[in-house]
Amino acid sequence: MEDFSAFSVLRRAARGNVDWKALWRNPAPRKQYDIVIVGAGGHGLATAFYLVHEHGCRSIAVLERRWIGSGNTARNTTNVRSDYYHPASARFYDFALRQYEQLSRALNFNIMLSQRGWIRLAHSIHDLAMQRRRANAMLLNGIECRLLDRAELAVRVPALDLSPCARFPVLGALLQERGGTIRHDAVAWAYARAACDLGVDIIQNCEVQTLSRADGQLELATSCGPVRANKVGLAMAGETSTLATTIGVELPVVSYTLQAMVSEPIAPVLDCVVSSGATGVYINQSDKGELVMGGMLDLYPSYAQRANLPTLERVVSGVLELFPAFARLRMLRHWGGTVDVVHDSSPIIDRTPIPNLYVNCGFGTGGFKAIPAGGFTFAHLIARNQPHPLAEEFTLRRFRTGALIDETAASGISH
Amino acid sequence: MLWLNCPFCGERPETELECGGEWLPPRPTVPRAVDDRAWARWLFMRENRKGFHVERWCCRYGCGGWFLVVRNTLTHEVSRTAPLSTPVDELQGLAR
Repeated sequence: MEDFSAFSVLRRAARGNVDWKALWRNPAPRKQYDIVIVGAGGHGLATAFYLVHEHGCRSIAVLERRWIGSGNTARNTTNVRSDYYHPASARFYDFALRQYEQLSRALNFNIMLSQRGWIRLAHSIHDLAMQRRRANAMLLNGIECRLLDRAELAVRVPALDLSPCARFPVLGALLQERGGTIRHDAVAWAYARAACDLGVDIIQNCEVQTLSRADGQLELATSCGPVRANKVGLAMAGETSTLATTIGVELPVVSYTLQAMVSEPIAPVLDCVVSSGATGVYINQSDKGELVMGGMLDLYPSYAQRANLPTLERVVSGVLELFPAFARLRMLRHWGGTVDVVHDSSPIIDRTPIPNLYVNCGFGTGGFKAIPAGGFTFAHLIARNQPHPLAEEFTLRRFRTGALIDETAASGISH
Repeated sequence: MLWLNCPFCGERPETELECGGEWLPPRPTVPRAVDDRAWARWLFMRENRKGFHVERWCCRYGCGGWFLVVRNTLTHEVSRTAPLSTPVDELQGLAR
């Protein structure tokens, strides 16, 4: 692939920007591959990239029912962090963050990482105690963080309502300085371009309808005809159950709608990411000036991928409790995605009872920050049929043995 | 806004209701008689269907009663609501 650089941008501009090469090919699917990944979101594309880059695998296709990154990779609120509690989670998510820190250089594609700080507000003495507990866990896991007091918050987040009569008074906060935001689509495009350059076929508008076993291989019935593969990896997030069920694989996944919304663009007013357990909301300001907001799941099973007014009201009222000045803004855009939630809010990166069928799912609302780790460990699992040490606790088996990695309790979020 | 027909209160908006998830068979009554695999299945494994399925709802901020709903998880169309005691086979016919 041609290098992106200031020089190449200037050279192309001088020629009228007419000879830029396409970032990826659009081949027709072949009838047979060695490895097929289902789902061209961040995790699926990263997996395909690492399968070639780390393991030298050949003959790989990524099948995507719509367009690259059209699922949750396109719909998230761009936040990245690694402030998890359990050692297995800390190792995994911080690996992802460290990969993100070098990804623009490694893949020669600007993912616009902005490590502007991730702030988690405390609204009660209990919140403060839980934050100290989390901060200690992070430090023990080798991940830097800091506790902020009200004076520091007033400087760092001037628009925050720190008055004593606030409905949810702010007592302090936990800060991960390395947390922040990334241009979400860029991650999908960066991995797609790199994977394609290494020979991976990315087939868009190709829906996998059923999976079955045939002659010692796996057969995928797709909207583009049948495809056979020696190994199949599912990276389908909220859609995983629909395909797994066709080959009899049971999963502990429930799909819910997670919504997000952006305001009209305004001058810079917030230069970090702020989240609040009491109000259940989180907010950052994009480079375009829009306030990007989200809240909790709509707690009934759904594949609808659309927004609704009850959640809009909940999120906006939570944001306005924290930032009363934002009441004057207009809402610009509001959408939903389908997230795959499991009981302990920790992912599943594992073999299935079907030989050579592997699954990467269960990230719930937290998949975007994990893409490099999810792709890296899933590729290792598929290539070697052995879990990578970073992901060895994220098994299906843990639901039988009880060895859950309970980030729901640890984080206080339903994920 | 999702509106569901509570058998006692009538049509109520989702903001007054709480979803109890997809319908499950009754909890195993003798835990020791059930092996780990079966117990894990009941606790955690879900069909998570895309389409019509049977689920349970609670009229949380109204009468507090539970009821069954046949709802499409893709379109949110509700084809039937029924009291909790309704035989689920009758509803699952609608959910196919």
